[in-house]
Amino acid sequence: MKKFERFEGVVAPLDRANVDTDLIIPKQFLKSIKRTGFGVNLFDELRYLDEGQPGQDCSQRPLNPDFVLNQPRFKGAEVLLARRNFGCGSSREHAPWALEDFGFKVVIAPSFADIFYNNSFKNGILLITFPEDVVDRLFTEVDASEGYQLDVDLENQRVITPSGEILEFDVDEFRKHCLLEGLDDIGLTLKDEDAIRAFEQKHKAARPWLFRQSA
Amino acid sequence: MSGQTLYDKLWNQHLVKQRDDGTALIYIDRQLLHEVTSPQAFEGLRLANRKPWRLDANLATPDHNVPTTVKERAEGNSGIKDSVSLIQVQTLDDNCLEYGIEEFKINDPRQGIVHVVGPEQGATLPGMTVVCGDSHTATHGAFGALAHGIGTSEVEHVMATQCLLAQKMKNMQVRVEGELGLGVTAKDVVLAIIGKIGTAGGTGYAIEFAGSAIASLSMEGRMTVCNMAIEAGARVGLIAVDDTTIDYLGKRPFAPTAEQWEAAVADWRNLVSDDDAQFDKVVTLQAEEIEPQVSWGTSPEMVTGISGQVPDPLAALDETVQRSHTRALEYMGLQANQKITDIKLDKIFIGSCTNSRIEDLREAAKVAKGNKVADSIKLAMVVPGSGLVKRQAEAEGLDKIFIEAGFEWREPGCSMCLAMNADKLGAGEHCASTSNRNFEGRQGYGGRTHLVSPAMAAAAAIAGHFVDVRSLPANDATHAQEA
Repeated sequence: MKKFERFEGVVAPLDRANVDTDLIIPKQFLKSIKRTGFGVNLFDELRYLDEGQPGQDCSQRPLNPDFVLNQPRFKGAEVLLARRNFGCGSSREHAPWALEDFGFKVVIAPSFADIFYNNSFKNGILLITFPEDVVDRLFTEVDASEGYQLDVDLENQRVITPSGEILEFDVDEFRKHCLLEGLDDIGLTLKDEDAIRAFEQKHKAARPWLFRQSA
Repeated sequence: MSGQTLYDKLWNQHLVKQRDDGTALIYIDRQLLHEVTSPQAFEGLRLANRKPWRLDANLATPDHNVPTTVKERAEGNSGIKDSVSLIQVQTLDDNCLEYGIEEFKINDPRQGIVHVVGPEQGATLPGMTVVCGDSHTATHGAFGALAHGIGTSEVEHVMATQCLLAQKMKNMQVRVEGELGLGVTAKDVVLAIIGKIGTAGGTGYAIEFAGSAIASLSMEGRMTVCNMAIEAGARVGLIAVDDTTIDYLGKRPFAPTAEQWEAAVADWRNLVSDDDAQFDKVVTLQAEEIEPQVSWGTSPEMVTGISGQVPDPLAALDETVQRSHTRALEYMGLQANQKITDIKLDKIFIGSCTNSRIEDLREAAKVAKGNKVADSIKLAMVVPGSGLVKRQAEAEGLDKIFIEAGFEWREPGCSMCLAMNADKLGAGEHCASTSNRNFEGRQGYGGRTHLVSPAMAAAAAIAGHFVDVRSLPANDATHAQEA
């Protein structure tokens, strides 16, 4: 995982509540056995006017001109501004893979679904939760000013708007640390290998039926 | 100090290490694997030169991509005409073979939807932690097991370390008290709960379902309820262990035997919330007030009773809700204030990890028996949850009832719940579906899903539009007494 560094990025607004993972990346693209290449199909059903198929050349497909990511002013966006309960539905990690592959580093919303929240941090995407009124205000500001950018500073847990306003956010220490250092969870967990083995022995002695002898 | 909730107990029994930063390592007893969310996890193991920590904790079966027609299935993997799907199923087979993980392959009679297969095999036991790269893993909580849906990175993490990195959730109790009316099922209960608390109502919580109406449900009904906890935003749904749980598990292939069985049962009896346990939130519903439910929108919270109508978006107080409702009606091709019973259907889908078990098929068959699917219905299909459910249904003659009524009788898999295989809706088609998600495009590009119980789906197939199952002869009081 790449280290998460402070950056200034264009903000694209997706004004819709309960954006589910089927909408972020429709099921036909989950057939891939790779982790990459999902970006062209991010928000496929909103972004294109036809039905997408895996492996297709998306540059030839008709774009939906009304969709935010197709508008020139949001080209190269790295911050997605969204509404409540973003990422609800299925556990597909293809959703953050698609966001990341497209170029998003941050999603801001009033709330996120639990599984999506976990999956995003594991792929280097920072999810920032702001109260609904702050998100409302950001929508208004983004709408009013072309080229609107936010300065995202994870180290100091703050976002700075073009007018210099500082918006602070909470993020748990462990996730922040992993993002900033680009750390691999598995490697970290395996440092506790002895503790896991010890627990396993005790657990097996107490509840042997949880372990299958036959396999 | 107050007592512990069921969730607290399960958490404590599996806590390997609590870190200072609030995260914890919890030990995982069972991982279920399927073809869609595992290939990248196996690839990750391979790249890092790691091995699975404990092989016997894993059980795999292909379900999302498999075709469901008898003809295609007769050919095994080579019956999968979509070459991309075939690679995915083949990759699962190859990975399981390479690492030595037990797999029920495409034509093994034990193959099926992971969330049907695990409990059916006794591979899901009370007191276990269960994970799967699938959000409907909450299903297994019906057994008093702590079951999480996880992402692919977590699948890899569990394979490599036998642990999940987690943060403790808050406790919510949803109580359903009283007696359910005739024709009102577990599916209606959970849809009514979601309608009440919303799709984000359970975010950050483990939900324990309790109360007399929940206790009176069979294990299959309880699985239906826990299955859709995620549709209320909760990764975890739970139900306390009781006689119903223990009776279901006896003699299942993966369940303990002999003296271990007795010890296990004694241990499982403790898997209930203490009387003085504190919940962060308690929600109560009255069973008598729940009628058969039908979803009208594009989120499971957009649901109402069969006697209800499609809401007027402008009646919502919140602007965000107004916008979502307006968009939902536009997508669904419905009018504000339209009666639910006036919604006409094009296709019927009875299946999915929510409602494809034997009792679901029996309920649907009871309604279908002696009737015919309406001419206006283009396709009505029944997809059993596993090969064993299919066998059982055939032994009871349910397949014949469905076929005579004009339903297609299919082979097990996820099928049109998410339409990764060839079973899908066309644009604009309305479907009465026993599945769990009515998101835009979920069952096919432009498809319009209405979530209902198996009996409601069967009744809609026959009428061509939604009807109240409680008004059918199969549910009138005299018939019920005879049965």
